[in-house]
Amino acid sequence: MSEEKVITVKGLTKRFGDFTAVDGITFDVGRGEIFGFLGANGAGKTTAMRMLCGLSRPTAGSGTVAGYDILTQPEEVKRSIGYMSQRFSLYEDLTVLENLRLFSTIYGMSKREIKERGDIVFRQLGMENMRDTLVSDIPTGWKQKLAFTVSTIHNPGVVFLDEPTGGVDPLTRRKFWELIYRESSRGMTVFVTTHYLDEAEYCNRVSIMVDGRVEALDTPRNLKEKYHAATMDQVFRTVAGAAKRGD
Amino acid sequence: MAILGSMVRKESLQIWRDKRTLLIVLVMPLVLMLLFGFAISMEVNNVRVAAVVPQHSDQTRNALMRLQVNPYFTFEGLMPVGDIDKVLRSGRADAVVLLDDRGGTLRQQIIADGSNTATAKSVTAYVEGALAESGRNMPVTLRTLYNPQLKSSYNFVPGILGMIFILICAIMTSVSIVGEKERGTMDLLLVSPVRPLTVIIGKLVPYFLLSCILLALMLTLSYTVLGIPFGNIFNIILVSLVYIVLALAVGLLISTMVRTQLAALIASAMIFMIPVIMLSGMIFPIDNMPDILQWLSCVVPARWYISAMRCLMIQQQALSGVWLEMTVLVGMTLVILVLAVRKFYLSTK
Repeated sequence: MSEEKVITVKGLTKRFGDFTAVDGITFDVGRGEIFGFLGANGAGKTTAMRMLCGLSRPTAGSGTVAGYDILTQPEEVKRSIGYMSQRFSLYEDLTVLENLRLFSTIYGMSKREIKERGDIVFRQLGMENMRDTLVSDIPTGWKQKLAFTVSTIHNPGVVFLDEPTGGVDPLTRRKFWELIYRESSRGMTVFVTTHYLDEAEYCNRVSIMVDGRVEALDTPRNLKEKYHAATMDQVFRTVAGAAKRGD
Repeated sequence: MAILGSMVRKESLQIWRDKRTLLIVLVMPLVLMLLFGFAISMEVNNVRVAAVVPQHSDQTRNALMRLQVNPYFTFEGLMPVGDIDKVLRSGRADAVVLLDDRGGTLRQQIIADGSNTATAKSVTAYVEGALAESGRNMPVTLRTLYNPQLKSSYNFVPGILGMIFILICAIMTSVSIVGEKERGTMDLLLVSPVRPLTVIIGKLVPYFLLSCILLALMLTLSYTVLGIPFGNIFNIILVSLVYIVLALAVGLLISTMVRTQLAALIASAMIFMIPVIMLSGMIFPIDNMPDILQWLSCVVPARWYISAMRCLMIQQQALSGVWLEMTVLVGMTLVILVLAVRKFYLSTK
């Protein structure tokens, strides 16, 4: 992990009327880092992430993603990130190949690039025989891998994963994390929210959001020492237990 | 451009794969058109008439002959006076004509089955007309211009066109856009470098093309099967295209206001379908409505479209004859389109 910062956030705030969903959060993420973004439901994780992706405008504060300002250069930000939401959102009524083609074109890849990259990707995933299958017909585990691959098809510097492993069995989750590690080792920064605290152990650093603020931020090992806990689960309960907002 | 192309391709593929919806969209308008064109008609054909003639004379024979040769009537034969009630009750005849010639003056009576007032009115009018021609008085010369046979399909076809496009375009676009929001694929598009305007156009173009196919189908059907006269076909197409764009804009606007596909469906159906049927002049003449409803009908796009179609198709007017309708439609299209696009942009922030 180098010193180069891929994401920097200062005092980022989002208010909806009287309600402050994200309350002045500040942190940064280095290149190639796997950054776990934890918090109970309603703590403001998704809102914060949406601001970083340019899906939502901050009320106050500033931030840069991949070297671009999220307030003034949202288009450049969008070009240099990948995004995968909690619902493995791909078009279910399109085939695997059609989905891949659509998103590659959207990210400005040429026909030749799409073909080359597509061939590599299908081989890596072992999905060569599923190219022309409708996404609705492939198993959930595969869908999820495919969604991740599609979101990183244009080799972005940063990929945002919003609860990517929701509703998936442990073995498939484990395999999915291998995929994340592979991309991270190539220098891709991974920003991931999750509800599974065993997954938090896989992250380089973890932040825990409570009531719109970042209450804890460190490596899993340091956090466990600090809160005298054996697992991240206990750390999470201690930190998030003080939350006033529930779901 | 390549991006827009791939968006249009994707949407077209999705429409094409959803065979059931596609079938409904293409077949329902045609069925509606045939239903309204043939089955549901306000005119009364095939009136069954029976007659009671106590004593035959030249005049009664003359009158009977008129009833028998008139193509609108089926003559059910002669019967005794006492059977009139029975015949009407059993439904063997719609009306009975009593012809009584005493001393050279023919006295006529029409006894009609009033259980359906609409039919009864038409039937008595027909019989009266048929019998009156034998009269000694100078008949009133009646000419109905543009639709001399008073065919109701002439009246309904513009109405159905107006209803179908609002229904198909508004419902299909709003449901499809809201569906992407529900499934989360909209986020995927918005987080990508695609501009929101490209997303919108990519959504609208395939539905626009589908509507054009539908327009061609319906115009062909109304020309060939229903025999609707067309004035200048290009004018009809031009006004229809404006109306289709308007309907698509309405669909886009709905999609920015609701969260679920079901809500989009209900909103399109309730907010647009019922006013279109009630206030567009499709079935109930606008001039007969109370003032408040007449004003209200001005905001129903279908009212203007249907009125323009009647002028262009039935009266065969030139485009200058519908300048008011055209101006209103174009104005509405611009306002709704701008409103919808603005709301869509805001919702992405």
